[in-house]
Amino acid sequence: MIGGLFIYNHKGEVLISRVYRDDIGRNAVDAFRVNVIHARQQVRSPVTNIARTSFFHVKRSNIWLAAVTKQNVNAAMVFEFLYKMCDVMTAYFGKISEENIKNNFVLIYELLDEILDFGYPQNSETGALKTFITQQGIKSQTKEEQSQITSQVTGQIGWRREGIKYRRNELFLDVLESVNLLMSPQGQVLSAHVSGRVVMKSYLSGMPECKFGMNDKIVIEKQGKGTADETGKSGKQSIAIDDCTFHQCVRLSKFDSERSISFIPPDGEFELMRYRTTKDIILPFRVIPLVREVGRTKLEVKVVIKSNFKPSLLAQKIEVRIPTPLNTSGVQVICMKGKAKYKASENAIVWKIKRMAGMKESQISAEIELLPTNDKKKWARPPISMNFEVPFAPSGLKVRYLKVFEPKLNYSDHDVIKWSSSTFREHLPGPSTQIDRPCGSSGSRLSCLCSVTTHAATEVQNQGTSTIKLLFCWCLTTCIIS
Amino acid sequence: MTVGKDVSALFPDVVNCMQTDNLELKKLVYLYLMNYAKSQPDMAIMAVNTFVKDCEDPNPLIRALAVRTMGCIRVDKITEYLCEPLRKCLKDEDPYVRKTAAVCVAKLHDINAQLVEDQGFLDTLKDLISDSNPMVVANAVAALSEIAESHPSSNLLDLNPQSINKLLTALNECTEWGQIFILDCLANYMPKDDREAQSICERVTPRLSHANSAVVLSAVKVLMKFMEMLSKDLDYYGTLLKKLAPPLVTLLSAEPELQYVALRNINLIVQKRPEILKHEMKVFFVKYNDPIYVKLEKLDIMIRLASQANIAQVLAELKEYATEVDVDFVRKAVRAIGRCAIKVEQSAERCVSTLLDLIQTKVNYVVQEAIVVIKDIFRKYPNKYESVIATLCENLDSLDEPEARAAMIWIVGEYAERIDNADELLESFLEGFHDESTQVQLQLLTAIVKLFLKKPTETQELVQQVLSLATQDSDNPDLRDRGYIYWRLLSTDPVAAKEVVLAEKPLISEETDLIEPTLLDELICYIGTLASVYHKPPSAFVEGSRGVVHKSLPPRTGSSESAESPEAAPSAGQAAEQPAVIPAQGDLLGDLLNLDLGPPVSGPPLAASSVQMGAVDLLGGGLDSLMGGSGFTAPGPAAPAGMGAPLGSGLGDLFDLTGGVGTLSGSYVAPKTVWLPAMKAKGLEISGTFSRQVDSISMDLVLTNKALQVMSDFAIQFNRNSFGLAPAAPLQVHAPLAPNQSVEISLPLNTVGSVMKMDPLNNLQVAVKNNIDVFYFSTLYPLHILFVEDGKMERQMFLATWKDIPNENEAQFQIKDCSLNADAVSSKLQGSNIFTIAKRNVEGQDMLYQSLKLTNGIWVLAELRIQPSNPSFTVRPSPCCPPLSVAPCPSACPPWGCSSRGQPPQQCC
Repeated sequence: MIGGLFIYNHKGEVLISRVYRDDIGRNAVDAFRVNVIHARQQVRSPVTNIARTSFFHVKRSNIWLAAVTKQNVNAAMVFEFLYKMCDVMTAYFGKISEENIKNNFVLIYELLDEILDFGYPQNSETGALKTFITQQGIKSQTKEEQSQITSQVTGQIGWRREGIKYRRNELFLDVLESVNLLMSPQGQVLSAHVSGRVVMKSYLSGMPECKFGMNDKIVIEKQGKGTADETGKSGKQSIAIDDCTFHQCVRLSKFDSERSISFIPPDGEFELMRYRTTKDIILPFRVIPLVREVGRTKLEVKVVIKSNFKPSLLAQKIEVRIPTPLNTSGVQVICMKGKAKYKASENAIVWKIKRMAGMKESQISAEIELLPTNDKKKWARPPISMNFEVPFAPSGLKVRYLKVFEPKLNYSDHDVIKWSSSTFREHLPGPSTQIDRPCGSSGSRLSCLCSVTTHAATEVQNQGTSTIKLLFCWCLTTCIIS
Repeated sequence: MTVGKDVSALFPDVVNCMQTDNLELKKLVYLYLMNYAKSQPDMAIMAVNTFVKDCEDPNPLIRALAVRTMGCIRVDKITEYLCEPLRKCLKDEDPYVRKTAAVCVAKLHDINAQLVEDQGFLDTLKDLISDSNPMVVANAVAALSEIAESHPSSNLLDLNPQSINKLLTALNECTEWGQIFILDCLANYMPKDDREAQSICERVTPRLSHANSAVVLSAVKVLMKFMEMLSKDLDYYGTLLKKLAPPLVTLLSAEPELQYVALRNINLIVQKRPEILKHEMKVFFVKYNDPIYVKLEKLDIMIRLASQANIAQVLAELKEYATEVDVDFVRKAVRAIGRCAIKVEQSAERCVSTLLDLIQTKVNYVVQEAIVVIKDIFRKYPNKYESVIATLCENLDSLDEPEARAAMIWIVGEYAERIDNADELLESFLEGFHDESTQVQLQLLTAIVKLFLKKPTETQELVQQVLSLATQDSDNPDLRDRGYIYWRLLSTDPVAAKEVVLAEKPLISEETDLIEPTLLDELICYIGTLASVYHKPPSAFVEGSRGVVHKSLPPRTGSSESAESPEAAPSAGQAAEQPAVIPAQGDLLGDLLNLDLGPPVSGPPLAASSVQMGAVDLLGGGLDSLMGGSGFTAPGPAAPAGMGAPLGSGLGDLFDLTGGVGTLSGSYVAPKTVWLPAMKAKGLEISGTFSRQVDSISMDLVLTNKALQVMSDFAIQFNRNSFGLAPAAPLQVHAPLAPNQSVEISLPLNTVGSVMKMDPLNNLQVAVKNNIDVFYFSTLYPLHILFVEDGKMERQMFLATWKDIPNENEAQFQIKDCSLNADAVSSKLQGSNIFTIAKRNVEGQDMLYQSLKLTNGIWVLAELRIQPSNPSFTVRPSPCCPPLSVAPCPSACPPWGCSSRGQPPQQCC
């Protein structure tokens, strides 16, 4: 198991060092600094073996976190733990920086003591930890409170404490998608997949039991057998999900047998699930770059973007980022729409368009002056990237319903029926509802926010013959108010 | 925390703060204690009281904190005081305290293992596996697994279907970390049949959707292992295969460090079960922003998945990668193109043209790498792509890396007849001969000799020049040797030289970098762990005893014989380790042989004591293996007995033999054991045993080919050994041995080989050669194969000799648990050529007087005393000195003369 845990600043000075096992000596601290942090070469592996001691490291801004061991530990677990550790620290004191770590070192040691015992990770859910490790000092707890804490930390629902109360019960749901697209130089799509995340913010009282449904092909087909008319309604609306992973609050065995997603949510923000689809992906934009080298000191770039969705829909806040070579001395830009600027500090031309309807086209052309250079270091030719917001999901995923059920129904200042009717409204229209359109029902607020990011990678050297990698990200927020 | 300052001087003051109500302060004091208690062990005692008191605090958080901290203080005096509070905490009503106490047992075990056993904590810990709280279960499992790892034999975690069921239930309920502990533990379980394996798999599969990658990988490990037991025709087997692919692909969207771990594991999985991911090639395409370590690993997997169906895509990708920025990555990409050509024959042509395109870029390192791989392509497809040589030659001057230069020189030499100016090219290299690296020098030497053999007229001068450079001006022995060999070959027999140097080369095999199958199987058992990241068994990087236990996949079973599998696997593991174990007690057996091993003529008589030792040992080694069967799982040459118990159990076994081996068919034959594991011999596995049939000794061998290529040209040789054992006939394997095939051979032996004392006495060093390599192993042969049939001494002679044996030549053993009567013993021993000379009954005990003769003419006399009422036998061997006249082997005997004493085993009760 993990023998010790060190946190270094960018200079390699130790900020936190906690040794759990006897086989890890003080020299391990220096070994990592000398061999990894101060190593001349770029880091070639996140796992380093120095003198039979293995170091696992992750880097957050300029802080290094290293776990050390001499045994054959579960490597995946160590990395998961390090990420978790970062999450916990972020949840407690914000950004992981040298200053924050120094200011909170007592807290960090306290946390390390709690979440890692003899190198074995223990409960590391922030929600639970915050009940008994606080920054304000411990208030004296009653016996009941104490046992409640311990039962929560060790219990089956370690991620949520009991007795949470909200005046307004709210639940926000975001679907964030990013499309990964690989195109051949001829513009043919080699492979495309969407990786999506469903993120929730829950502010609900008590121990609510939630059930989440989406237009998963398997579920729809299963139901379709029972009621034939429903398939007619849903039409092409179902999507085939290749694979999905869930937050630990989701009952996996239930998903495995019934394919229903039921859970008791943690309090606050969390990632409910991730999914991946490869079929029938809608690409909102096409980016066509043309790059021509004119001599050794000049580069002509032309980028065309085409919106590829219904004319009635609007894409907003479009931002295209075209990287320029390191030895750029000056840039002249002409664009038909929006504003474009060369930002020398970011080595990129940034082109912004406020909004653009579907099935439209726009282009930018730029002349880049280069300084003659004999610098041997090659330019890595980063991809062209693009960010925007559109009101649909490239994967076609739709949220069919989100039911909330609180067994004790103890929302003190709210009528039980009011609550349940609200959730009912949400899934009332059935599978055909598009939640990207506000329903505007009885005072409930339904906000909508979508964004899509596109990254297009291209080689600037050869004219347009290149691999283009596009990355879209789409996000949607909805909420239920009781 | 203290900016590196030593603050241990404040110890008493800090300890005074311990009894505070402020939990935060208390935690800090405890942290201080953990860091400094070791440097102030005496003062640390002061803290004990508070600890004990805190362990009874009404607040469970404080109880747990106290027991957790106490376990971290590695001071012996404190550990004593820890036991009582720990015992209480293990039974605490609060699960939080119990789960902390469970881990504390592991801590205590790390400090003082004996104490933990004595105090019975292990049993309490086992009880916790049935705890109602899932987290307590998980921590108990983690602690037990760790303790069990340091005691491989202890059978601590004896998993049975009931406990497995409990674990599977807890699996659904505990935290993500707990799930990892439980899954890792499950992976060590060996289901008793395929149905159980399937039901466990069914309950583990939901874990594949967990957000925590470590949970997913551990679940994959369990499934990969148990799948081995499922029959391939089962529907479920196919379903499971399909279910495994998506989670593995999903792991690639995790953070880069985890991707790296996942990719290293996928690399193993792809080699073990290529069918899982064969359609998922595209997900391994490299992304622009992948860190370099992820890129390199993806590339590796792409090559493994390359097949005729997807080769076009792969090549297009690889070509893209070859224009990237990172030099290492580009090199690897170029190399990958070459590997694709070798792997997928249909694509070879496209690969070659792609490589030529890359050479045209004139980027130095790309060109060099391309030339290295083209050399390999020539080896695989001779006489097919030689048209490209002209292009290669154009780049001759830009090559500056030894490997590329060596490859280019090889190409020029190999195809010298097609390159008009080959001599000029090679000559140009020769100018800076001494500045080249060894690799290039050797290659240049060979290439010029090849050139000479092909165009003898024009290049005589050149070859003389290189030979003199290599032999006279070089300090490198390899180079000199090779130079001399060529020189001599050329000067004595140019025809032979031609045959040697221009011999047809074997085609290179497709996958030279595949992990060796037995290692792969072991690594599959370590999926998710460091071993799978390093692709090395844990013993390669873990110190001490931990993790040295070899794990192996369950043997693949059909539905019928599945019941045997659980036992089969561990014993196979044991057997595999045996050949490596060469007993340390050299002085024992060794000394008997010492007798014979002195210089033949002048051989000084041995010191009495050593004779005795020797005698004892001979008996030990010999009789021990005679018995076989009951006590040991794998007897045979396993344990050279010391003087006491092992010997006893050995003899016991001899008597115990069930089927009357002795009476019928000659001597006892030990079951075959693995002498040479496939891992050490490039895929050749040898197991065998020794047997004696009337007047002949034979070595029964099973050769198994576990490599991917055909093996042939077997030969065997023994090193000189104590009894002059040597093969009486060459090793005859009639047909080449195809992969996964095995052949049984009985190799007759004689004892006329040269003699050298071995240590231990019955050690035999063997060399086996095949077309791949020469392998060495050593084994211990049972001494009874050396007992000759005419070992029956005349009674008179026996009596006379018996009296002459000096006392110091006597040794005595007890054989326990032997319930045979005198006659049975007698007949059984006779089967192994130990003859009964006389029998008498003294005070209700049977006395047997035995003699035996070794192949080198040494006589051994023994007295056995058997007490019918008591099943245990005592053997008191007293070595006898056979008169010279008795020794029928004059050539061998004289030098040992008086020193050669065997030992009569005596049994008494």
